[in-house]
Amino acid sequence: MGGKHYLPLTDQDRNEMLAAIGVKSVEDLFSDIPKEVRLQRELELPPALAESEAIKHLSSLASKNKHFHNCVSFMGAGVYDHFIPSVIKHITGRSEFYTCYTPYQPEISQGVLQAIFEYQTMICQLTGMDVANASMYDGGTAVAEGAVMGCGATRRSKALVSRSVSPFYRAVLKNYFHSRGLELEEIPLRDGCTDTGELEKMLGDDVASVILQQPNFFGLVEEIGGVADMVHNHKAVLVISADPLSLPLLQPPAEYGADIVVGEGQGLGVPASFGGPLLGIMASRSKFVRQLPGRIAGETVDSEGNRGYVLTLQTREQHIRREKAASNICSNEALVALGAAVYMAAMGPQGMREVAEQCLQKAAYTRESITALKGFENAFPGPAFKEFAVTVPGDPAELNRKLLEKDILGGVDLAPFYPELNNVMLFAVTEKRTREEIDTLVRELEGWK
Amino acid sequence: MRKSKALIFEMGRSGRQGYSLPSCDVPEKPVDELLPKKMQRSEPLELPELSEVEIIRHFTELSTRNFGVDTGFYPLGSCTMKYNPKTNEEVAALPGFAFMHPCQPPETTQGALELLYNMEEGLKELTAMDRFTMQPAAGAHGELTGLMVIQAYHRSRGDHKRNKVLIPLSAHGTNPATVSMAGYEVVQVPCDDRGLVDLEALKEAVDDTTAALMLTNPSTLGLFEEEIMPMAKAVHEAGGLLYYDGANLNAIMGYARPGDMGFDVVHLNIHKTLATPHGGGGPGGGPVGVKERLTPYLPVPLVDKKGDEYFFNYDLPDSIGKVHSFYGNFGVAVKAYTYMRMMGAGGLKQASTDAVINANYLMSLLKKTYHVPYDRICKHEFVVSARPEKKKGAGAGDIAKALLDRNFHPPTVYFPLIVEEALMIEPTDTEAKETLDAFAAVMEQISRDIDQDAEKVAHGPYNTVVGRLDEVRAARSPVMRWEKDKG
Repeated sequence: MGGKHYLPLTDQDRNEMLAAIGVKSVEDLFSDIPKEVRLQRELELPPALAESEAIKHLSSLASKNKHFHNCVSFMGAGVYDHFIPSVIKHITGRSEFYTCYTPYQPEISQGVLQAIFEYQTMICQLTGMDVANASMYDGGTAVAEGAVMGCGATRRSKALVSRSVSPFYRAVLKNYFHSRGLELEEIPLRDGCTDTGELEKMLGDDVASVILQQPNFFGLVEEIGGVADMVHNHKAVLVISADPLSLPLLQPPAEYGADIVVGEGQGLGVPASFGGPLLGIMASRSKFVRQLPGRIAGETVDSEGNRGYVLTLQTREQHIRREKAASNICSNEALVALGAAVYMAAMGPQGMREVAEQCLQKAAYTRESITALKGFENAFPGPAFKEFAVTVPGDPAELNRKLLEKDILGGVDLAPFYPELNNVMLFAVTEKRTREEIDTLVRELEGWK
Repeated sequence: MRKSKALIFEMGRSGRQGYSLPSCDVPEKPVDELLPKKMQRSEPLELPELSEVEIIRHFTELSTRNFGVDTGFYPLGSCTMKYNPKTNEEVAALPGFAFMHPCQPPETTQGALELLYNMEEGLKELTAMDRFTMQPAAGAHGELTGLMVIQAYHRSRGDHKRNKVLIPLSAHGTNPATVSMAGYEVVQVPCDDRGLVDLEALKEAVDDTTAALMLTNPSTLGLFEEEIMPMAKAVHEAGGLLYYDGANLNAIMGYARPGDMGFDVVHLNIHKTLATPHGGGGPGGGPVGVKERLTPYLPVPLVDKKGDEYFFNYDLPDSIGKVHSFYGNFGVAVKAYTYMRMMGAGGLKQASTDAVINANYLMSLLKKTYHVPYDRICKHEFVVSARPEKKKGAGAGDIAKALLDRNFHPPTVYFPLIVEEALMIEPTDTEAKETLDAFAAVMEQISRDIDQDAEKVAHGPYNTVVGRLDEVRAARSPVMRWEKDKG
């Protein structure tokens, strides 16, 4: 039998315990399961592995995968190969943190609660928002819940989402809206950015939320200065999906009128992990706090006046409000948020600014070098933060196969998400890429076709 | 013992740094040339400035102000706070899992896809379901996904009348909240005096507007719904479907399977049953499994195999779409898969056996002192009512605080709602008999303390780093972030 080292009871324990319970056998403890639903055989699973065998098996599976440690990655589209300081895993690896549950008993959960309070504060500092929650599952679910929040706040049932918002997020959003019977329309693109002229036409007094992404899915920094006024004139809510790593450099969404800021926090020191666990960021102006989904850590005092932290405003939540809750979210990505707080503390204002600037510079250098090649063209004009779309002279899958021979994870092919973007690839360049790696990529592209 | 801890914003000094980055080695341009000035941040970012050692000490001190399963016994009912094997942490951190990009071409992800495929095979066998999606990132997320699938099924049949979901009164709060999120109405089904779903009431409640019944079996009272087959029949005959909330699957692995009880959709909480850590509230994992007639509606992509090659299958025209940006919490799935492989069929069944022995044993000890409202064989958990103690002046919440002083994590309190002053106790399979004996002894002592000085118990805890925290004040004038000026 496997897993004996996780199960402390011995046969003697079991017998003594059965006697204390007052039953003859284990079978008596399962006699309440009716015969017709009892499994009449043993489960058929592969034989149990000992620890060394399990490590060998899992290592062999892992060795079949390519990854950031044996390839140079230019993949982005929401998940990036950013630098992760060593301190993070040493803190998130503290088992007082990773083996605890949601801090329902605050007096023995001050560690997690204070760390989340600090995380919330840092997210507010980055975005300019008044309040942030303890996390959502990922960028996609944060976008969806942000849009739903707008519906709750305005008591309207329609949202407009730009096509420059990540197609992954829009897929989740569409699903959340469809299931609730809410209406969703897509704002068309113009040169890879939200067509604000079209947005103005689409806006009406039935619109609850307008969702934009900054920088957008194509890496472009959109000109969205006037959008908030347009949205607010119709008493709708502006939801911005932001890359937190861009915010040391870019105008905070609060300054251009965002009401709710959501986004993917994977760049904040979170391993890519094949797309999960990720970190859904959710922040808003204080007037929307009652609609904010999920956990929020808040400050208070104990009986002697000592400062401490608790989960607060729980009357928004499912365990109190049940069917009237702001959301059904219970488990979130707390440990990932804690790691993100460690990241932001370690990088500080200077380090985060440096990361953002290196992304900007290296992406610009790469973009210029690639588009100088024959057959490679900018898919869209306009300033980009850390990724950009390029029209390539052939099949992106074929190009990626060629790059893979040189241990390069190439760009993301955009055709599956934007049928009109044939042979267009999205390349991301983080602060981790070196000139040598970039030049190698460019050389490989040059030699293609 | 008592002390507040400085916030990270109150520490450090301007000019200190906790990072090291290489210098930029590409030709640089002025930032203003790359990014119009008006799109740039004008005020410098405010974040703490600390050296690495200060950061490590700050968060290490915070960790010592926290209690996890590795610290001690954690019988938090319905949360299955079992031990989180360290091997799982080791393998999930392998670069071949932890540093993969979700958009990599399939020839570079065969190991990950094989793992997901094998894990699905295991989950299918464990639950008697036909297909699984790993996309939901948590239990509640799984519930929502499951209801979306049910909705798509009914809609595909032109059956638009079904707008209600039945939920027993003992259900976890996520169930009704999920029902609302999916645009359905909640219909509460009462429990009978045995604590089980009232079959007659259920039969009366089902009709052609019933989309589904959501059920946790065993229930939050730790009781197996013995009439599950007639319940399933009633729901199915009315054209509804059965949804299994897998929160309590740890009670019955290898003994019974939701798919054999008539359930059409299940979600598992792999952070409960399959021993992955809860991380202070996440990340978890909530895979959803369905019977064959519902597979066309599962989220895209599914993991399929052609010859020896694994691939993501997006060719599911009736799929509900996506519920997560990518494939869910893959890193958590790696841990759960490792656990399943190390336990094997025998180990998983033994885990359920021991979880049930531990619960019944602890109940037999506690009922000498405390009132057990449903005094019958339980499964993995049971509920005690502190109503008599409350009358003496210290209720379930106070008992919980008293446990904090004795280095035990308390049970779930004030839930399920159908038991007054409830303490929901789930010892799990990974606890030794001595631990349960010690816990019972402390519970007896607390009962004596209440008899002697209930007032004192009602004002605990006394030995924790902070005293009882004022949650009312926190909610009345919420402070949800640190602000510079307010210090």
